[in-house]
Amino acid sequence: MTSILTNLFDGVAYGMLLFVLACGLAVTLGLMNFVNLAHGAFAMAGGYICMVLVNRMGWPFFAALPLAFVSSAAIGIALERTLYRHLYARSHLDQVLFTIGLTFMSVAAVDYIQGSSRVFINLPAALQGQFDLFGVGIGRYRLMIIVICGLLTIALQMVLAKTRFGSRLRAAVDDPRAASGLGINVPQVFAFTFAFGCGLAGLGGALSAEILGLDPYFPLKFMIYFLIVVTVGGSSSITGPFLASLLLGIGDVAGKYYVPKMGPFVIYTMMIVILIWRPNGLFGRTAAR
Amino acid sequence: MFERRIFSRTVAAAAIAGVAGLAPAKAEDSVKVGLILPMTGGQASTGKQIENAIKLYMQQKGDAVAGKKIEIILKDDAAIPDKTKTAAQELIVNDKVNFIAGFGVTPAALAAAPLATQAKIPEVVMAAGTSIITERSPYIVRTSFTLAQSSTIIGDWAVKNGIKKVATLTSDYAPGNDALNFFKQNFTAGGGEVVEEVKTPLQNPDFAPFLQRMKDAKPDAIFVFVPAGQGGNFMKQYAERGLDKAGIKVIGPGDVTDDDLLNNMGDAVLGTVTAHLYSAAHPSQMNKDFVAAYKKAFGNRPGFMAVSGYDGIHLIYEALKKTNGDTDGTKLVEAMKGQKWESPRGPISIDPETRDIVQNIYIRKVEKVDGELYNVEFATFEAVKDLGKTKK
Repeated sequence: MTSILTNLFDGVAYGMLLFVLACGLAVTLGLMNFVNLAHGAFAMAGGYICMVLVNRMGWPFFAALPLAFVSSAAIGIALERTLYRHLYARSHLDQVLFTIGLTFMSVAAVDYIQGSSRVFINLPAALQGQFDLFGVGIGRYRLMIIVICGLLTIALQMVLAKTRFGSRLRAAVDDPRAASGLGINVPQVFAFTFAFGCGLAGLGGALSAEILGLDPYFPLKFMIYFLIVVTVGGSSSITGPFLASLLLGIGDVAGKYYVPKMGPFVIYTMMIVILIWRPNGLFGRTAAR
Repeated sequence: MFERRIFSRTVAAAAIAGVAGLAPAKAEDSVKVGLILPMTGGQASTGKQIENAIKLYMQQKGDAVAGKKIEIILKDDAAIPDKTKTAAQELIVNDKVNFIAGFGVTPAALAAAPLATQAKIPEVVMAAGTSIITERSPYIVRTSFTLAQSSTIIGDWAVKNGIKKVATLTSDYAPGNDALNFFKQNFTAGGGEVVEEVKTPLQNPDFAPFLQRMKDAKPDAIFVFVPAGQGGNFMKQYAERGLDKAGIKVIGPGDVTDDDLLNNMGDAVLGTVTAHLYSAAHPSQMNKDFVAAYKKAFGNRPGFMAVSGYDGIHLIYEALKKTNGDTDGTKLVEAMKGQKWESPRGPISIDPETRDIVQNIYIRKVEKVDGELYNVEFATFEAVKDLGKTKK
């Protein structure tokens, strides 16, 4: 019984992590209709920035996390203004080729600067180890991930649903021409959203170093996972990818625990079954645009 | 494809110093060694260690042997067998090398094997560790290790030292399966019981569910083999899940506590018992000098890959000495058979029948020495042959 709960807890933590990593992709893909396969590169950038700050410059871990967010967002906005902007109107194939190229460049660049071996972020002692809660083993670090990601999800949902920026974004997505006719600066809204998605990826990268391992191949290794989250969740809202992440996280952990021989296949099997059942994802609208 | 002529600086320095007063070497006076290593990609640390060790050896011993100048041509294969094959072809056909050497992973060593046979030149394997490699060409000689060597020994050691129930966690690929099977064979023959067997995917992001399964199986120890690089992740999650506090030990072949990465793994790794061919803490004077020189030149500790590279280039030098500079491939391989020498890892030799390495396997425990983590050797199994072959 307790091991079921421990697995559930691990699965939720893993799912939350996937969500923070992938929700930026859901935003660019679903809301902006742009295929950004380089999303993982921003996550990796955040991870490495956090690692350099903590390990080499002695920053406290919790101070480095926001900076991982800010700097990934800054890199995101710089690239959006200089490169991505020109590809919004192009075909999806062009976008895929461009962003895949960008991903390979990021892999090579990080390999060159930081070397190819796996890096770890030195964690404060308070985040290490596990404690028992009524016999259920709770990892401190995973608990922190759940708290941070949970708060972020609520905040995101609030911003999208309740704020003026949120309504502008939704308007810009639904009909960019009408939105700009109403005086909404559509490119600015998109640029800001893009940067925010990159920032989230950066934060996710910093958080995931401990659990997923951080090396220059991160963007390639996890691209599949991000895409699964977005396809299964549907890319027209935040709740879709969120529930998809949780489902996949829990499914993956439980699959590896209960049927270790089949473990690696569980996540893909789930994806195929869900997509046969609902081709647009769990929460997708049919033909959104 | 990268091609770098490393050592140009060494060569220049040697020339300035006028070592042995050699006249500038003419083309026919040089011996070319084609070094194929993963210098980029996930296995790059293997390539770097071997390259460093060879550099160090040539700085120490000079770049000339038996009147010939040794020239190293380094090619990067990123541990992809197709690239290994192309690199080997280019080296043999265009550069006319006299040796091919290196090979970070088993598939790379196998890809080059038919070329070595065809060109009749020695292939010196300095890293890859699957048993079958040396059987694929009569020109293959190995200075690294085989997984059978360390895995059988740790199996024997475990049953004799009160470990009765073991859960295994190994990566699902050829070396992982080798390690698992050889361990199981000796461990169960001695009366041990494998209570849980998990193979993790090679690209494994998260060990958590597998480790939880290990914990619930309540074994005396976990036998672990994961490729270099994942060892750190494994040990961290092992500690996070409190398996160390539950009294479950980690045992395995020494790859999981490779000196290259050991010091960054944190205190969770303390007490891990592994069987392996080399520890940077090996107490011989020769090793102390080797470690000091390596640290001075490259700023970090040598691991077992570095020692394999160091011994590999030594073997090439010795073979050339024995043939008096004759570069006929068949003669060189003959000269390598039965070579015996003192390496930083201890006494080693090349088995004249299998052309594989015979070496001591040490049982080591991770301890803190001067504030750093080291594998401290406490038992020795002498002159271990590759059991993967002798059993056949």
